[in-house]
Amino acid sequence: MMLDNEEYLVDACQRELTQNPLRKIWLPGKSGHIAQRRVCMTNCPTLIVTVGLPARGKTYISKKLTRYLNWIGVPTKEFNVGQYRRECVKIYKSFEFFSPDNEEGLKIRRHCAMAALNDVRQYLSVEGGQVAVFDATNTTRERRGAIVKFAEQNGFKVFFVESVCEDPDVIAQNIVQVKLGSPDYIHCDTQEAIEDFMKRIKCYESSYQPLDEVLDRDMPYIKIMDVGRRYLVNRVQDHIQSRIVYYLMNIHITPRSIYLSRHGESDLNIKGRIGGDSALSARGKEYGTCLRKYIQEQNIKDLKVWTSQMKRTIQTAECLGVPYEQWKSLNEIDAGVCEEMMYEEIQEHYPLEFALRDQDKYRYRYPKGESYEDLVQRLEPVIMELERQENVLVICHQAVMRCLLAYFLDKTAVELPYLKCPLHTVLKLTPLAYGCKVESIYLGVDAVNTHRERPENVSVQRSTEAALKTVPAHF
Amino acid sequence: MSANTRTQTATAMSHSQSHLTQTRLEKTWVPWVPNRLSKRRGSSVPQFTNSPTMIVMVGLPARGKTYISKKLTRYLNWIGVTTKVFNVGQYRRDATRAYNSFEFFKPDNAEAMKIRKACAIAALKDVWEYFTSEQGQVVVFDATNTTPQRRELILSFAKENSYKVFFVESICDDPEIIAENIKQVKLSSPDYIDCDKDEAVADFLKRIECYKLTYVALDDNKDRNLSYIKIFNVGSRYLVNHVQDHIQSRIVYYLMNIHVTPRSIYLCRHGESELNLVGRIGGDSGLSARGAKFASALQTYVRKQSISELKVWTSHMKRTIQTAEALGVAYEQWKALNEIDAGVCEEMSYEEIQENYPEEFALRDQDKYRYRYPKGESYEDLVQRLEPVIMELERQENVLVICHQAVMRCLLAYFLDKSAVELPYLKCPLHTVLKLTPVAYGCKVESVFLNIEAVNTHRDKPENVDVDREPEEALETVPAHI
Repeated sequence: MMLDNEEYLVDACQRELTQNPLRKIWLPGKSGHIAQRRVCMTNCPTLIVTVGLPARGKTYISKKLTRYLNWIGVPTKEFNVGQYRRECVKIYKSFEFFSPDNEEGLKIRRHCAMAALNDVRQYLSVEGGQVAVFDATNTTRERRGAIVKFAEQNGFKVFFVESVCEDPDVIAQNIVQVKLGSPDYIHCDTQEAIEDFMKRIKCYESSYQPLDEVLDRDMPYIKIMDVGRRYLVNRVQDHIQSRIVYYLMNIHITPRSIYLSRHGESDLNIKGRIGGDSALSARGKEYGTCLRKYIQEQNIKDLKVWTSQMKRTIQTAECLGVPYEQWKSLNEIDAGVCEEMMYEEIQEHYPLEFALRDQDKYRYRYPKGESYEDLVQRLEPVIMELERQENVLVICHQAVMRCLLAYFLDKTAVELPYLKCPLHTVLKLTPLAYGCKVESIYLGVDAVNTHRERPENVSVQRSTEAALKTVPAHF
Repeated sequence: MSANTRTQTATAMSHSQSHLTQTRLEKTWVPWVPNRLSKRRGSSVPQFTNSPTMIVMVGLPARGKTYISKKLTRYLNWIGVTTKVFNVGQYRRDATRAYNSFEFFKPDNAEAMKIRKACAIAALKDVWEYFTSEQGQVVVFDATNTTPQRRELILSFAKENSYKVFFVESICDDPEIIAENIKQVKLSSPDYIDCDKDEAVADFLKRIECYKLTYVALDDNKDRNLSYIKIFNVGSRYLVNHVQDHIQSRIVYYLMNIHVTPRSIYLCRHGESELNLVGRIGGDSGLSARGAKFASALQTYVRKQSISELKVWTSHMKRTIQTAEALGVAYEQWKALNEIDAGVCEEMSYEEIQENYPEEFALRDQDKYRYRYPKGESYEDLVQRLEPVIMELERQENVLVICHQAVMRCLLAYFLDKSAVELPYLKCPLHTVLKLTPVAYGCKVESVFLNIEAVNTHRDKPENVDVDREPEEALETVPAHI
């Protein structure tokens, strides 16, 4: 009467546990640990396949989904077949390339799709990727069948994301936003480009076979209709697909801006101490006033204001004189035993910890505290709600703001903990084309610098001066 | 000046007026002078329900509407959204003395139609009462609602009162599922209390036929401005239309993650720990000798149960991991399953807490659910932290969760629909496995003590919860320890 678990150890009494010094995770001391560090979301890799006519938002969705999955820690990469085509056919002449009777064109396009799938295989089977997003029109049943076969052969799960839209305004807007700036149309004037692109779409229309409720009833997919007005979700197989569906159902393309700011300068900031729950300094309060003025000048429609549950962000919000919501998940990273210490004190009392942190600032967890990696997990519901919302001002903290910023600007885990988020500076993020425009607005009130760069020497044997080299000035 | 700043600022809000005070119980910062700027104090997550929402079920009998209604209500209440189910069938049973036969449901039975409509209206009236007097946030209106006319009635009612409406339609044409459904919940219904099984099934099938005559499903075209989810064949497919807001989005996500595949969830705590022995809370200690014995006994128990594809989850704390290690199978660590953070009281005994923080100790006894330890967490915070765990438990099948006392109380409260008042006092003793098996509309619980002695860590609410009580009164219910 055995359990159905492959990795069954016969000799299972009390292996010694040791705590990994960086992440503070308990693992069995010897080799072959079978505990996974966190929820393993995918057992076999997943291939997400977009489906839809040109200008239906497939690449927008692909890039956004990839960004989200990477941020939550699922290694994901997108493979845009159009990109492969551009590399193959150096110069784009006209829509004729896409004509269904252009044999030469069809050959090249098929070849490009194959090349892309090969790279997908490399990424998922060799390079350790967990999700690949195969971004192409994939509008025929035949093409999709080939992809499903490829996935089966390689042990990948498949999930289709189809975008269906017949609203001419949406399509026109799409073309203006992302097609006119495409390398394909770099030498065309606007009118020419639009006309050509519309003809390109026509080439696909006659052979387009949308995912069918009956014929594709055993296929896992989501059909997004009219930019999210309606969704058809079929046979979600596992956790990651469920998360993907939830994400796709929460994003929208209504123009809006997200404002990120830290609390005003706090009393502990001035003293060069981290964490704690102190009040605003005089300059911090001044910032609150300036922030209020800035917000008023921006004349933002229906602005939502969010804070953490720490005094300094709430005090800042109070200055604005508008309703705000408190989120515990926006609280600053918990520095555990190092709470309210200065860097100098951390170096004095915990030199090993201090060095480990510099070695891998993203994964490093303070003793009895948190890591940036933990922060990201805790912030995921905030990001999900930010996606749902429109204009929002988030008043938070340095580490938290770095995590949020990394999500919007697609920064890696290596860059994230060193993103510059100075006090008294508002970052205005506005979605644009496939990414995000950032405007940095310093509101003119002086504040200490709290940004500590990674020092050159991160060895645990380094001297105190080497460790404290990059500590910013404080009182 | 924008509309935002016009409101609320009439009171001379001088800009140094960021004077805040921290509530003693929940440790949340609120303005010294109360204003209406900071909404919903105390909870760790903002409340996203502005207008009350009516979730309206749609579907033929035996399509799982009541199952969904009850489960959804349980989930929403657990995450802190006050929700109540109104089952129109119940109103009908109260209005008509005894159920005779399916003839009651024939569309040409004028007398019965009158009664049925009156019942729906009575239920709507109670919905209004719930939203108005009881400050409910969500109502689940559980009835067939199979005609456009009935749905229009509800929509008008909602519009009059500024309630949002979200329809949940369950469509199923698999005769096996329907048969199973009838067996599980219809045969034992008050309607069929004096019937034999075959009679009941025959009658119920005829009842369904009555509804089929007038059933008009939500229409993708005509109803395109309504907000709804259509669930096909117990979740193999969903159609989601026009989700309006956060709560509807959460509801859709939840509905898309639940399933009806039979399975069991096993909840237990880590084996007895070193700190348990000396009556100290929190910390990250290892197992005591008896705790290690429990881990071994757990392995035996799990093996005997012969569970298909069991998943094992632990927290990030040493004691749960040590317990899992003894099972000799793969397990996953979830930081979200860590024990409640007791902040400044970490690793203290109750006696020490009484000595050093007598007021905190009393506040905790006054409202154990909302009480947040200084620099720590509350049960309310725990629930928010555990929500992704619950969501994943819903997706999974057989799972063993090795966790901690407060965490286990929260999870148990979700499965057994316990209120915020009961939750912090649920009994979750060491060395005892709770096996939860969904059955009909609820959950069967089997409690299995694995016969290894352990300290008792359960402290009941003492009689005197005043901040000026005597230490003896405070420590009256502290369980024995070394």
